[in-house]
Amino acid sequence: MKMFDFIRPASIDEAIAAWRPGAAWLGGGTNLVDLMKTGAAQPDRLIDLGRLPGLDRIETGAEGATRIGARVGNADLARDADFARRFPMVAEALLSGASGQLRNAATVAGNLMQRTRCPYFQNPETACNKRRPGTGCDARGGVGDNYAVLGWSDDCIATHPSDFCVPLAALDAVVEVIGPNGAREIAFADFHHLPGTTPDRETALEPGELILALRLPAAAAEFAGHARYLKLRDRTSFAFATVSAAAALKIEGGIITGARLALGAVAAKPWRAAEAEALLTGHAPDAALFDRAAEAALSDAVPAHDNAWKIPIARRVAARALALAARGTPARMPALPASVFAAEEPAHV
Amino acid sequence: MSDTMSRPMRFGSNSGQPLTRRDGLAKVTGTATFAADNHPRNLLYAVCLPATIARGRVAHLDVAAAEAHPGVSHVMTPQNRPPLQGDPSEKPTMFSFRIEVLQDDTVRYAGQPIAMVLGETIEAATEGARLLNPRYETMTPRIALDQNEPEALEPGALGRPADVEHGDMQTARNSAAQGIDVTYETAPQYHNAMETHAVVAQWDGDRLILDMPSQALVLSCAGYAHFFGIPAGNVTLRSPFLGGGFGSKAIPTGPQVLAILAARMTGRPVKLMLTRQQMFGPVGHRGATRQRLRLGTDDAAALSFIDHEGVSETSSFDDFLEPAANASQGLYAAQALRSTHRGVRLDVGTPSPMRAPGEASGSAALECAMDEMAEATGLDPLEFRLRNYAETEPGTGKPYSSKALRECYAEGARRFGWSRRPLAPRQMQDADGMLVGWGMGTALFPCPMFAADARATLRADGTALFETSAADMGQGAWTALAQIAADSLGLPIEKIEFRSGNSTLPDGGIAGGSGHTATAGSALDASGRDVIRQLGSMAAADPASPLHGADNATFQARDGRIEVEGDPARGEDLAAILHRAGLEQLEGQGSAFRKPEDAENRAMNAHGAVFAEVKIDPDLCQMRVTRLVGAFAAGRIINPRLAESQLMGGMIWGVSFALHEKAQHDPRTGRIMNADFAGYHIPVNADIRDLEVITIHEDDPYVNALGIKGVGEIGITGTVGAIANAIRHATGRRIRHFPIRIEDLL
Repeated sequence: MKMFDFIRPASIDEAIAAWRPGAAWLGGGTNLVDLMKTGAAQPDRLIDLGRLPGLDRIETGAEGATRIGARVGNADLARDADFARRFPMVAEALLSGASGQLRNAATVAGNLMQRTRCPYFQNPETACNKRRPGTGCDARGGVGDNYAVLGWSDDCIATHPSDFCVPLAALDAVVEVIGPNGAREIAFADFHHLPGTTPDRETALEPGELILALRLPAAAAEFAGHARYLKLRDRTSFAFATVSAAAALKIEGGIITGARLALGAVAAKPWRAAEAEALLTGHAPDAALFDRAAEAALSDAVPAHDNAWKIPIARRVAARALALAARGTPARMPALPASVFAAEEPAHV
Repeated sequence: MSDTMSRPMRFGSNSGQPLTRRDGLAKVTGTATFAADNHPRNLLYAVCLPATIARGRVAHLDVAAAEAHPGVSHVMTPQNRPPLQGDPSEKPTMFSFRIEVLQDDTVRYAGQPIAMVLGETIEAATEGARLLNPRYETMTPRIALDQNEPEALEPGALGRPADVEHGDMQTARNSAAQGIDVTYETAPQYHNAMETHAVVAQWDGDRLILDMPSQALVLSCAGYAHFFGIPAGNVTLRSPFLGGGFGSKAIPTGPQVLAILAARMTGRPVKLMLTRQQMFGPVGHRGATRQRLRLGTDDAAALSFIDHEGVSETSSFDDFLEPAANASQGLYAAQALRSTHRGVRLDVGTPSPMRAPGEASGSAALECAMDEMAEATGLDPLEFRLRNYAETEPGTGKPYSSKALRECYAEGARRFGWSRRPLAPRQMQDADGMLVGWGMGTALFPCPMFAADARATLRADGTALFETSAADMGQGAWTALAQIAADSLGLPIEKIEFRSGNSTLPDGGIAGGSGHTATAGSALDASGRDVIRQLGSMAAADPASPLHGADNATFQARDGRIEVEGDPARGEDLAAILHRAGLEQLEGQGSAFRKPEDAENRAMNAHGAVFAEVKIDPDLCQMRVTRLVGAFAAGRIINPRLAESQLMGGMIWGVSFALHEKAQHDPRTGRIMNADFAGYHIPVNADIRDLEVITIHEDDPYVNALGIKGVGEIGITGTVGAIANAIRHATGRRIRHFPIRIEDLL
């Protein structure tokens, strides 16, 4: 790998000051370091955020919003009992991702910033508009399993690989950032960009901006009783989603009074299905309703590759996730989180 | 079973004991030294640059940029590569292929080394390789089986299987009451041992020292010596441990030859360790196959014929056809059997033997086809196989050396609960609504033996040294072979010193073909028995010995003593005989041996039966293998713990073959786009749930003096078909390609 400067700032101000074009923030490094090895990422400066103070806390304020510091580890967040109780589908999504070792190293902010696992993006010898704007897209006409069916463009058909981001999108998370021009907040729905003609612009972060924290609003915890994350994959663990869905319901007196639904691995961002949510609200939960909602969630879907099969399977995953949510959040985290085989194994104690 | 006889285990035997691995502690504490753990002084690091196209030529390399990078010492390209003394297109040993070692600028497959960079650090060499920034003249690659015409290759050495036909196919076809005609496809797979290919090469004049994982130490020395124009005896290869091999570490590879050449060129030790990505191309793989199977039965569901046509990929420059169709030769009784092999030349690295070469792919297709045929006859799949049970080897009529397959079927079925299986598909669901399916397959693997030698040295203190250059790939050779050695002198294993994993020792043969324990074990056993024979002669001639006069007796070793067989009271301590003769030690030699008449007249295989349960979500089509039961008869089991572990590993590989492994080539460049463990899936722990291995005892007096068959590869066979058949049983869907994935079941 090419030579680079390694900076380890002791404060956020130092970190911001250390940034310049060509620099990259280093969180857990579970994705960036791989990309540096393949040559897909070639930063000339790495700014290690590992020593920054105050970014490793999970705090719930008086008004009920929960703030997760950027450096909190994925495993630590998932295993935080209070957090998992209030936001069970977020914990389930976290535990369904990667492996135990990777979850220990990875950070929550890094999870938002992870890059697509499109094989053409990852290999610098290929044409990729995301990696090098204007070169084209070798994924079109190429091989691979994880391409989009929603929100893609002629310039890019890649999907966002995160599990964690899918329930965050459903729950209206907020991203707190800081940069050379001060601090600001970005609504989760606006954080990740669809590719359009600028697939290299993946997020709303401006150059030099840094994620400080994620915030889940108090209202997000109101779904705790009926919230599930469901993930299809080509093996039982340690695989990116084929399709996933985060579904959360508020059910009062047998009627859905609030619904949240987001899909993963179908687009360049976690796909919030607002139409489906509207369709669910005010009705009694049943299979036919969930099918209609799932239909609505995928109504704009078009295969970007030879992946037309992904559209019906995404519908079924969405409907199943809603059905699982309606059944109620399990008392204990399943041993195979987010798996259709969750019932096969004894639950975590 | 009429041909087998009961041979009781020897009293006090080490063999048969489930000893833990003797190297286990070293491995879990990190003190076991693998090849790349060696760091001689003044070391240079070598990094290969793999081609990212599959067909064309290298038009430009930015050598100046690489050489200018700090820490880069040399850049080796076709322009400046020093000559080799041996032609890399030649095959110096029976177990080698043409290698790509920068002969010219032609690119024949993606992953082919097109340059090697040497650096003072691994980082410098890696960046130097990146800076070479190759430009290519590209041609359209041929990477799929339908992109070239199948051709017949002249049958011959490794990789060119002959077509085989037994019986009258036309008559059998005409007489069949019903038949099936089905085609199965298997995907290209890559060995991917945990430890990637590595070498630390050091020259001392015209002597070469290699720290290199090898499945065939002495044979490999001959191969490398050929390329460098030195006698084989000048090469010392040290390979105490391998982090897996699966066939890919028995063969000299291009990257390793280049690293050795770099060491000679620079006069410094050179280390090379391939990255995971670089394992996809220059070190062999299991080629894709397309197999057409036509089966027919008479009115009584007896097979009239099996016609198995295999088409498999090979490279544009060498021959290795997956001998898949041969799987149909030794297993089921039929009036007529035909196996044919055709090759399709593609722009891929040369395929090579990969754990159960031929048998794995062939069994996958055959066992599915047998299920399809069973369904056509309306019979239970196990009943159908039993009706077509071969009492003698189909085609040749040779008796089996032993064959407890019937017992495997019975015991496996009993443990699995097979009798409760509904005949029709899609009949079973669990409490969560998952579709449940049960399938089975027959496992078969031949039990070859190779040449091997060993030396036993009995010492005056009652301990003994055994030496042979065996290879421990993780399968447990250090342990199982020592158990055999100890038994040959009747000593407890603690009294044995076992030296292995070094080419300067007597040739331990190849750790391949599932024949290593049988081969190296037989040599060790013979070397120990040679010591006993000598001691017996000495004692018989010595008036001071209780054995005096027992000239014509057969001696046996037990409990540190030598005894007259049939009269155990008459015996003497081994050490006492040495002591009286004034000897510090006594050496015996032994070689692996199978009686030629038995090899000629008997069919020799390990057998087994695998039963699989899958659960499948009816809407989402997510699959899981929830239960596997494998019953195997593989002769005498030296160490049940290690053998069961081997069989279990094979069955897990079967899961991998059935549901996961597939190299994906970009159709335009021919490059493999999923060349890492994130993209090239193998099962994880969570994919393997209940897995039971049963070994069925078999006494086989013909395979070798020890009665050992082999357990290394057979676990894959049977398992792949069992899983596919279970998927059929669960869903009613018959998928005729591997791997089977979610989208196939929608």
